[in-house]
Amino acid sequence: MTLSSLASIRVAITVFPGSNCDRDMMVAIEQLTNRRPALVWHKEASLDPVDLVIVPGGFSFGDYLRCGALAGRSPIMHAVMDHAARGGAVLGVCNGFQVLTETGMLPGVLMRNAGLRFSCRMVRLETCDSMQSPFTAGLSVGQSLDIPVAHNEGNYFADEETLDRLQDNGQIAFRYISHDAERPANPNGAARDIAGILSPNGRVMGMMPHPERAVSPLHNSTDGATLLSKSLEALMS
Amino acid sequence: MTQQDQLMTFDDAAAMGLSRDEWELILKRLDRTPNQCELGIFSAMWSEHCSYKSSKKWLKTLPVDGPQVIEGPGENAGAVDIGDGLAAIFKIESHNHPSFIEPYQGAATGVGGILRDVFTMGARPVALLNALRFGAADHEKTRHLLSGVVAGIGGYGNCIGIPTVGGEVNFDKSYNGNILVNAMAVGLANSDRIFRSAATGPGNPVIYVGAKTGRDGIHGATMASTEFSDETESKRPTVQVGDPFTGKLLMEACLELMASDSVLSIQDMGAAGLTSSSVEMASKGGLGMEIDLDLVPAREDGMTAYELMLSESQERMLMVLKPDATETARAIFDKWDLDFMPIGQVTETGRLVLLKDRGTACDIPLAPLVDDAPEYDRPQNPVPDRPQLASGDVTTDDPITAVLQAMFAHVDLASRRWVYEQYDSDVMADTIAGPGGDAALVRVHGSQRGLAITTDCTPRYVEADPQTGGAQAVAEAYRNICAIGARPLAITNNLNFGNPEKPEIMAQLAQSVVGMGKAALHLNTPVVSGNVSLYNETDGVAIRPCPVVGMVGVIDDVTEAVGNQFVAADQDIFILGQDNSTDDGWLGESLYAAHHGVTAIYAPPPVDLDAEKRTGDLLRQLIAEKLVTAAHDISDGGLGVAVAEMSLHTSFGAHITLPASGNMHGWAFGEDQARYVVTTPDAESLIAAAKSAAIPIARIGIVTAQAELQFGDHDTISVKTLRSLSEGCLPALMAG
Repeated sequence: MTLSSLASIRVAITVFPGSNCDRDMMVAIEQLTNRRPALVWHKEASLDPVDLVIVPGGFSFGDYLRCGALAGRSPIMHAVMDHAARGGAVLGVCNGFQVLTETGMLPGVLMRNAGLRFSCRMVRLETCDSMQSPFTAGLSVGQSLDIPVAHNEGNYFADEETLDRLQDNGQIAFRYISHDAERPANPNGAARDIAGILSPNGRVMGMMPHPERAVSPLHNSTDGATLLSKSLEALMS
Repeated sequence: MTQQDQLMTFDDAAAMGLSRDEWELILKRLDRTPNQCELGIFSAMWSEHCSYKSSKKWLKTLPVDGPQVIEGPGENAGAVDIGDGLAAIFKIESHNHPSFIEPYQGAATGVGGILRDVFTMGARPVALLNALRFGAADHEKTRHLLSGVVAGIGGYGNCIGIPTVGGEVNFDKSYNGNILVNAMAVGLANSDRIFRSAATGPGNPVIYVGAKTGRDGIHGATMASTEFSDETESKRPTVQVGDPFTGKLLMEACLELMASDSVLSIQDMGAAGLTSSSVEMASKGGLGMEIDLDLVPAREDGMTAYELMLSESQERMLMVLKPDATETARAIFDKWDLDFMPIGQVTETGRLVLLKDRGTACDIPLAPLVDDAPEYDRPQNPVPDRPQLASGDVTTDDPITAVLQAMFAHVDLASRRWVYEQYDSDVMADTIAGPGGDAALVRVHGSQRGLAITTDCTPRYVEADPQTGGAQAVAEAYRNICAIGARPLAITNNLNFGNPEKPEIMAQLAQSVVGMGKAALHLNTPVVSGNVSLYNETDGVAIRPCPVVGMVGVIDDVTEAVGNQFVAADQDIFILGQDNSTDDGWLGESLYAAHHGVTAIYAPPPVDLDAEKRTGDLLRQLIAEKLVTAAHDISDGGLGVAVAEMSLHTSFGAHITLPASGNMHGWAFGEDQARYVVTTPDAESLIAAAKSAAIPIARIGIVTAQAELQFGDHDTISVKTLRSLSEGCLPALMAG
């Protein structure tokens, strides 16, 4: 799945104390691009020019105060916000999604799962009819992706007006859909089954499922590789 | 007179759990009366938890050597060679008493403690498992304890980012007042970069790192060495509080420091905290240690020497650094925002000297603490002979599928999904097979190699016949590793028993260790680490004995591993390890018997170690040759349950041919050992291979494209029905 055209892409992954999916994401991106992404420590106040910043999963700052709250106020996130303000692309996965909502780069909040329990399982995502975005450009509307979730706070919530606006603007990137008639599709009670959303310009995406855990034939799915490689290709075109 | 000067009496010693003889021995060795801090140190080091005084005599009989062994018992964890210059480092440890008192924190700190044992050795942890025993499903405390323990295990493991990939959860009324929470961690290190605990080099700095010391968990090791009573729940303040975030920082900082060639020796502050770490490091090095307690980072003001030494605050380490490495090390811990404090030095004195408030709080020789720790040969009652249960005395005429429905709906066998989906089993992205398989399979990062890991024990067998039960735990673990195609390497054990001062309990402990040792020797899986948890009793009633075996194996290419689910229709189904000349099946101590009202104790199924070895060897070969496409060991619930489980998460079914004669329920639900259900695309070659290895084999049916199980001509049930019963059980229980 390595594409030589991706070998020049510059990806940075932020690392907070308590991040624990930074290595997994680095391995996945390196596998897809043959180029190792830069790991950027939270105390850094600036970013070298990059094509994509990924805010990885984990428990930044132990999830103390609120998930993502402390990371959202760290020096590196100010640099990430500047990068996004210049039109740079940002992907937040799981705890990274929570961090992006804490910074206000994405609307809404991730509340505790409706079942009040951590949930680690495979889910099926449906690609929504979204606005123009590098994260969905390479996927067809309705395309389904099997990607695992693992979180305690993935229950996406925003007021009805915001949810309507997200829907009308095409800012909903992925929804949970059923892949097993014997189980609920939505693992956490997220409003309108939202699994991932986009910023108003489509350049920032937050999603709860972990694409970096579905990138090898040894994983239960390779749909995460599809999502990541299509995104990287779109960013380079 | 300050507290540290005040001299102790026998009453003080008794309150700390020491016997009259032990008190007299302390007076003799010191040639004076100890103060509170000194007595506390003796009491902790001589506690059952730290000294293994009741079990040591028997633990010494276990096989601990083998060409694969890099580090046997005695260090923070055991280490075995897995090839390519890598070592698997692993250990299992109990946190039973704290988890009963405060389930979330008890279980969470159990996970944190076992992880520290592994990364202290220089290994990056790659997998967690846990063996849990709760009381009866309908007991008033079970739901509270189960939900708290599972949340605590997940709370720590998920946050620190180590996948929880397997384990066991069982329910039995003997655990109503004393649950078992055993956590196992497995890590990977370069074989030539393993760190040990013996202090070296007089004058070298002793460094305290990690979290600050508070008043939590004081005398936890002693609490873990006494029986429970109604008052025990008032001991809540002695339960430690875990902080997985600090644990993660400490893990990353230690691994970063270890890569810098600065560390001479290192020890986790686990049970008995600063006491056991300083005493063990100094005594293993044949040296002494001097510590200034005023320098210990403390969370609270005014802590006494006694409190500082006996605190079991979590996420702390003690290390000896190379003399010129202090600033390198300090910079790493500063980066991770962790306390880093030189608190003393290694000495040549052979004594532990503690300074506090410009005075000497403790000055005692180390040798008696370790060498004179009591070792008891406690009396045992003979184990009664158990009669064999005749199958016809318990079996009914119910259709096999009706029995299966009842069994899959029962908490003993129902799906554990409610539990394991609360654990992140995928983080690190190397989990090939997580919870639900015979053994978990975790890839060695960046390679094709894989670690196979399982935990096993069948307490009802151990209770009936400790020697057979101890051997069976090893044999079942061995089968689980072989069933995925991996080569068993070594074991860690967690011996959970009642009060060893009672001769019938001591017999359970001693005899099950004997059985475990025989099996470990025969199957070439030496014991490289372990833990003993005694006094698991409440108001004088002991738990069912539970000597848990955690086994680690290796497979050279994870793509060659098989699972325990059917993979294709029309493949033939065989029992490997049993021929067609079946007798009535072994129902004594089976789940079937338990579910059919048998309460008397019968002989458990015998364990034939030679058959286990040869059948396991053959199965691994068959898997490597792709003659076997799925394999499942036959254990709880026997053949019928094993076959049904192989269809449970597939779109396939099975048509099983019944034997021409014999007791049908004995055949279907007997728990005879050394057997596997396997599927094959090439029956002829499979039969030929088994014949040439002289392993019995019997064809029992075929995988079908229809998701239905059929036994004989008429008895059928849909897989979906069984799955619904299995999946519905725990959620319904927990929803109340």
